[in-house]
Amino acid sequence: MNKQQQQEAYKNYVKKKTPVHSLPANMAKAFVTGGIICTIGQFILNFCKGQGLDKDLSGGWASMILILLSVLLTGFNIYPSIAKWGGAGALVPITGFANSVASPAIEYQKEGQVMGIGCKIFTIAGPVILYGIFSSWALGLGYWILKISGIL
Amino acid sequence: MITGTQSITFEKPPYLISSASVVGKKEGQGPLGKMFDIVGEDDLFGADSWEEAESTMQKEACLLAMGKAHISQNQVRCLFGGDLLRQGVATSMGVEELEIPMFGLYGACSTSGEALALASMSVAAGYGEYMLAVTSSHFGSAEKEFRFPLSYANQRPLSAHWTVTGSGAFLVGTKRSHVRITGVTIGKIVDYGLKDAQNMGACMAPAACDTIVRNLEDFGRAPEDYNRIVTGDLGYVGQSILFDLVLGKGYDIRKNHMDCGMTIFDQEKQDTHAGGSGCGCAATTLSSYILPKLERGEWKRVLFVPTGALMSTVSFNEGASVPGIAHAVVLEHC
Amino acid sequence: MDYINAFWVGGIICALVQILLDRTKLMPGRIMVLLVCTGAVLGAFQIYQPFQDFAGAGASVPLAGFGNLLWKGVKEAVDKEGFIGIFMGGFKASAVGISAALIFGYLASLIFSPKMKK
Repeated sequence: MNKQQQQEAYKNYVKKKTPVHSLPANMAKAFVTGGIICTIGQFILNFCKGQGLDKDLSGGWASMILILLSVLLTGFNIYPSIAKWGGAGALVPITGFANSVASPAIEYQKEGQVMGIGCKIFTIAGPVILYGIFSSWALGLGYWILKISGIL
Repeated sequence: MITGTQSITFEKPPYLISSASVVGKKEGQGPLGKMFDIVGEDDLFGADSWEEAESTMQKEACLLAMGKAHISQNQVRCLFGGDLLRQGVATSMGVEELEIPMFGLYGACSTSGEALALASMSVAAGYGEYMLAVTSSHFGSAEKEFRFPLSYANQRPLSAHWTVTGSGAFLVGTKRSHVRITGVTIGKIVDYGLKDAQNMGACMAPAACDTIVRNLEDFGRAPEDYNRIVTGDLGYVGQSILFDLVLGKGYDIRKNHMDCGMTIFDQEKQDTHAGGSGCGCAATTLSSYILPKLERGEWKRVLFVPTGALMSTVSFNEGASVPGIAHAVVLEHC
Repeated sequence: MDYINAFWVGGIICALVQILLDRTKLMPGRIMVLLVCTGAVLGAFQIYQPFQDFAGAGASVPLAGFGNLLWKGVKEAVDKEGFIGIFMGGFKASAVGISAALIFGYLASLIFSPKMKK
């Protein structure tokens, strides 16, 4: 066996030896957690619409309030416990994005306002913003080209 | 005396004179809780940040180890110390006030073995009467260094370790005590190409196997010649792999193997998954649990083999594998 | 009814992502990036919006909804402003989400201190 085959064999052996979380149980927990967060979002949406706001503004309010709740729960060290139980259910909603902004800001405050909070606040959320903006820009460029060439 | 290919036998074995362990709150609640010298109340040890807290633990551990032996810091010739932080700052800041000539080490979680080996070699060679070996790790500073901010919402896989908040210090010298360091085996870097930093046990087990087998062959011993073969932080996953690897080399260590990472926490109650890890894990377990047994003569000879996973956040991001290392120290009752 | 749809659709998206989290070595950060980009692409192919009309917050609260929002912003800006709109729409549409996260996150760093993991 050459080195690469040996490494591959060890990798497969380790995979067999390593215990993993029960996937169905974790999926069920993620389903419940994510479902509850989305239902809270729906409640805010419906409430705003009830106040006579349009769809976009209601969406803005819903995002803002969910983010505020998530940041507070992160500050009080409750959100990590929710995520420990709920897994992707706490990561996927916008609350997970808010947690990824607030947690480094809180953790790195000791390193100062600029190099600590200022830089590190983007360590996890930065890529999300960058690739979100970039992919929508690229799609927008395609849309603009199709539009001026008269296809759309 | 040079022994075998990687080992040294000391003709005049240095004594392990005294030791001290300082740990955090969670470790204090674990199975070894009552055996530690100092248990912190809040993991901050009166400091402002996790990094400062780690330095404080190191300083306290050093002072306590010297105090127990009634040795003052100007009698200590050299200090060998290390931690997990970038450029080893926890050690530099921690031991600064002690004003002992020092060597800063990095061997990831194997540093306690590295420090003990170097300290005993220096004493045996006659370069000083007293040497200090100290290592530390802190859950908070290690998470920041290697993983995520503490309040970040992630789920830890079952193969993940829990970094021990703690520091252990050991005074090695010529003054008589009941434990001697009779030999050491210096480990090589062993890399089986694994890239999963969340499964450090599997990354380090090949290195532990290599050093243990090397030690047995260099000294011409069987596993039974040791009351315990103690690894540092292989954890539950790493231990089962180590058993298989060592069996493959023709030795069976299943009866007398012990892992500090599995001893320091209660896996069920404390939810630590694979077990404890970090420079502080092996050091505090050695100081609080293993050395007292050797002192009383309950165990006659122990092989202490802390293991380290040598990765950095940069090497991980660049897709490099996680090499392992292990150093073995032979401890005997006398 | 819209509460039930929000619950089960949002729940299913999270449960599917849990498979990625548990069975691949993808780190959470990469999964978040993947979700936003997927949302933007599905938005551009006019798949996400009808889906969101049905599921409401079940589709808009997950990060894929954030991606769809970015795309919608760019599209509207291109329709209104032409070429320069490609550079305007994304941030305009995501302004509330990004600003709220940054502002509240920053305020939290002033109020809260780091805590040990439980």
